[in-house]
Amino acid sequence: MTNMEKNVHSSVLVVGGGIAGIQASLELADLGHKVYLLDESTSIGGSMAQLDKIFPINDCSICTLMDKLTQVSQHPNIKVLTNAEIEGLQGEAGDFEVTVLRRARYVDEEKCNGCGACVEKCPVEVPDEFNMRLSKRKSIYIKYPQAFPVTYAIDMNSCTKCGACVEVCEYDAINLNETEKRLTLKVSSIVLALGFSPFDPKLKTEYGYGRFPNVVNSLEFERILSDYGPYNGTLLRPYDQRIPRKIAFIQCVGSRDAQLGNIYCSSVCCMYAIKEAIAAKERDPTVQCTIFYMDIRTSGKDYELYYEQAKKKYGVRFVRSRVASVDEAPDTHNLLLKYVVDEEPRTEEFDLVVLSTGMCPPKNVERLAKILGINLNKYGFCMTKTFSPIETSKPGIFVCGAFARPKDIPETVTQASGVVIKTARINTSESCKQAPVQPQVERDLSQEEPRIGVFLCHCGVNISNVVNMNELAEYAGKLPNVVLVEHFLYACSRHSRNKIAEKIREQGLNRIVIGGCTPRTHEDLFLEVMQEAGLNVYLLEIANLREQCAWTHLEQPEKATEKAKSLVQLAVAKAKLLTPVLKPAVDVIPTALVVGGGLAGMTAALELANQGFEVHLVEKSGELGGHLRNIHYVLGEENPQEELKHIISKVSSSPNIHVYLNSEVVAISGHVGNFQTLLKHKDGAKEIRHGVVILATGALEYNPTEYLYGQSSKVITQRELEQKLAKGEFNAKSVVMIQCVGARTNDNPNCSRICCGHSVKNALKIKELSPETEVYVFYKDIRTFGFYEDYYRKASEKGVTFICYEDEHKPSVSLEHGELKVVAWEPVVKQWFSLQPDLVVLNAATVANTDNRNFAEMLGIPLTQDGFFLETKMELSHVDTPRAGVFICGLAHSPKFIEETITQAYAAAAHAAEILSKSRLEIEGTVAVINEDLCSGCRICENLCEYGAIKMREENERLVAYVVEALCKSCGVCGAACPTNAINLNYFTTEQILAQIKAALVE
Amino acid sequence: MEPGNFEPKIIGFLCNWCAYAGADLAGISRIQYPPNIRIIRVMCSGRVDPLFVLEALKNGADGVLIGGCHPPSDCHYLSGNFKAWRRTLLLKRVLAQFGIEPERLRIEWISASEGDKFARVVKEMVEELKKLGPNPLKLTEEAK
Repeated sequence: MTNMEKNVHSSVLVVGGGIAGIQASLELADLGHKVYLLDESTSIGGSMAQLDKIFPINDCSICTLMDKLTQVSQHPNIKVLTNAEIEGLQGEAGDFEVTVLRRARYVDEEKCNGCGACVEKCPVEVPDEFNMRLSKRKSIYIKYPQAFPVTYAIDMNSCTKCGACVEVCEYDAINLNETEKRLTLKVSSIVLALGFSPFDPKLKTEYGYGRFPNVVNSLEFERILSDYGPYNGTLLRPYDQRIPRKIAFIQCVGSRDAQLGNIYCSSVCCMYAIKEAIAAKERDPTVQCTIFYMDIRTSGKDYELYYEQAKKKYGVRFVRSRVASVDEAPDTHNLLLKYVVDEEPRTEEFDLVVLSTGMCPPKNVERLAKILGINLNKYGFCMTKTFSPIETSKPGIFVCGAFARPKDIPETVTQASGVVIKTARINTSESCKQAPVQPQVERDLSQEEPRIGVFLCHCGVNISNVVNMNELAEYAGKLPNVVLVEHFLYACSRHSRNKIAEKIREQGLNRIVIGGCTPRTHEDLFLEVMQEAGLNVYLLEIANLREQCAWTHLEQPEKATEKAKSLVQLAVAKAKLLTPVLKPAVDVIPTALVVGGGLAGMTAALELANQGFEVHLVEKSGELGGHLRNIHYVLGEENPQEELKHIISKVSSSPNIHVYLNSEVVAISGHVGNFQTLLKHKDGAKEIRHGVVILATGALEYNPTEYLYGQSSKVITQRELEQKLAKGEFNAKSVVMIQCVGARTNDNPNCSRICCGHSVKNALKIKELSPETEVYVFYKDIRTFGFYEDYYRKASEKGVTFICYEDEHKPSVSLEHGELKVVAWEPVVKQWFSLQPDLVVLNAATVANTDNRNFAEMLGIPLTQDGFFLETKMELSHVDTPRAGVFICGLAHSPKFIEETITQAYAAAAHAAEILSKSRLEIEGTVAVINEDLCSGCRICENLCEYGAIKMREENERLVAYVVEALCKSCGVCGAACPTNAINLNYFTTEQILAQIKAALVE
Repeated sequence: MEPGNFEPKIIGFLCNWCAYAGADLAGISRIQYPPNIRIIRVMCSGRVDPLFVLEALKNGADGVLIGGCHPPSDCHYLSGNFKAWRRTLLLKRVLAQFGIEPERLRIEWISASEGDKFARVVKEMVEELKKLGPNPLKLTEEAK
């Protein structure tokens, strides 16, 4: 529903309008900050707008993004500045002054309402960059159909200034002589969400990009797949627009490439190539997809399952080989790929080649870094540290998304949330409390008959060109209880909305019907009008005359008019039965329960404590620190044990944090805002009450049964090796490390993400302490994603031998006369060979904490197949669960590195703080309502509810169901199943829906 | 009624998050389909009470479409789509027992990006219902 203008504490500048910037802006604005969201292009949305689907769920990318764009467009605390860039920065954290240059758009954002009349008249066609130049657009254009702001812009490079657009614009919105402007913003902190720029594959001349039309880059392929792309979602190749039969994907184009200087791994390309191959297969199962790769790096949560599914279910072919060159067959424009497999050169023909291009730093970032005074790393991305993953080198300036390191959307969104807790701290020195929700002053309607006002929108000519609006208005005027019908050229304009509010007051209207575009995008605008006019927001109904009528029956004006009448009649029928709904509110106890005293739990607890909230931190063992206690080195400069000491001392000295050691959670009940938890510790039990729960229960090291572990003291785990190295007990002259022990197996198919980095780290340490020691690493794929790749390369340079093994050629470990013997397969010469190491180090998998199951049951939240907590939307934020007020972070969610754990803990703290900062939490009014007189106590609804929102109680010696409103998510599943019709859903009541059905079927 | 002029009436219960958004996208993409459907927005396909379907048919609808999110995991409410699915399968049997062709009730998974699929489903339904002819309940009513 709508966001009322909240108390604005201070301002934050978010630079970059991609998903990272959008997410950070929304959360900061929700916490009451004024946000300036700056983007250099004409619209926000960033790269995500160009993607077809997003992994690992394969949801439609634009749909996910559009939801966020709508929220941005309607948030009173967010000001979007497009066509803008930073020119100067003065001041320091808490008090920055930023000079912003806004280039001319030539179309006034206030006046343009996106009708598009100008586009029809514009005579100039140019290649459309959004569609990667695979289609054309006009000189006056909107970047993509769903873009925000919904304002056209003129590309002056191609504009002929003919003036046709100026002439046709009814709103006088176009000014061809507009000039650039400068403005100064006063902000207390800055969030950099600059994203990335795609690698230019022309630099890899051997792949023929730019010379051969059927060699495309991955973004071009995303546009080809997209429903609103150049081919409307039909899988075609550019040259002849034929369906390609054989598609090759070439990985690591511009990544892991020392020649080009991009040594790092772009982290996302393996997953997106697999996604694109699956998408191609889904379009046409007979298409053959082959992915040429060096290592498949699917190390995210459940990503390995995605990879397996591509192989087994979709039949995507994977070939481990670096393609040497691509040539074109001149007659067919097919492509000939030269590559080597098993030491044998091959040539294979494909119809289409997709280059999986890597991520480069944002364009012109050096200049911006200089202006801002922040340091970049040697690749040109933002410099951060392991234990401060979102802080730049300058206080008050934070970073999130791909600009910090190439990363995928879920990680980006998580980091964007994480930034919020840090930014909010600086901004809310005086108080982090927001004003309590103001009760709305609404007119009392109890004694009034329905007086329905119908407001019909022409949407420029979008609706009125097809639907006869006069006929429609006349018809609407005759419907029962309709007392007023008005027309608007644009009902959504500020002017029209004021007019509607005025009419409501003037005519004493008490139910409103809007006939216009879809409620999914425009409902909130009209809800605001309702509030302004003193009407309950649930007294509004929208008839969808544009998306679901005018636009889909363009050639049938008469039939469309009939349908429009029917749709308005349906809306009026529902409106007549609408009743005011009070949004329930729950009190919030401003206290958090954090379960788990490892790095994740301590970090989340500290952030919340710093915001002034009370935190109960519960740790099962006798000391804080978790797995970090075993980590002595990181891939970087910092000393983890020093950092750990520092964190523990901060936690111990914080007056807001109560630490419970040797304690366990026995029971949790209640709901968001008000949970009750029973703790058990050796001295007895304690009950605490709190508003949110953060689960940071960590994970366990797999206890290997393979490779003689436990039978010989010379076979140890990677963790045990690190202890030896740290204590100076390491003296081996030859070491064998074996990767994926207990991971990527049939029993545990997932990858543990951190082990490859772990091996590389300790191998480098061995080489540092004892350069002559031989180190062999047996691996399936080396997954040193991101900047860790550099350490992998260094390890190779220092003489660490990396040998790849497949499942059918696993190394074996035996003891002969007390000496270790490792027999392994040499994949190049194809022979078994043996080694006699002093030490075998097993990289044991990270497996889920068995306690997770108890928490899942107590809180009613799901787990993954392998027992980690499952977030609500895997393709978005990593910290939310389906249970409101319950968040997850750290290894409890999935295996991850230190900086990732810290980031996720920040994000969990940010989401928790969003709730805790409210004294009362308003929840949606569309909740289930139970008529106790009709309830038979059958408990069907209780069992069906996914959210545990229906509970049973004794009432006059009989069992009746009741709804815990704070848990209800408005799906209405319960109502549909109730055998006695005792359950209704507010705003979607049975009576209202039946009235709609009857109205729709009137002859 | 002339069989050639028969224009079936369809009631569509579409979930807010996927199918309704898919129907919107059909419009945004200007995909044309016959104007025979009246869409009623519900939050989840799991909200569709069998009563709604029966009332629609009783009041003269020739067909009913339930549109939800793709199983297994697209459902905004985790499993509402499965609940709708189960009910629909059962309801089709009941309809057959009442002498109503079960084909008049259709459940489809339409994502927010499948405007084309929504349009196709409506087109198919209209064609099929034209072959089936008017809702037999309507004829009974008229005979009275």
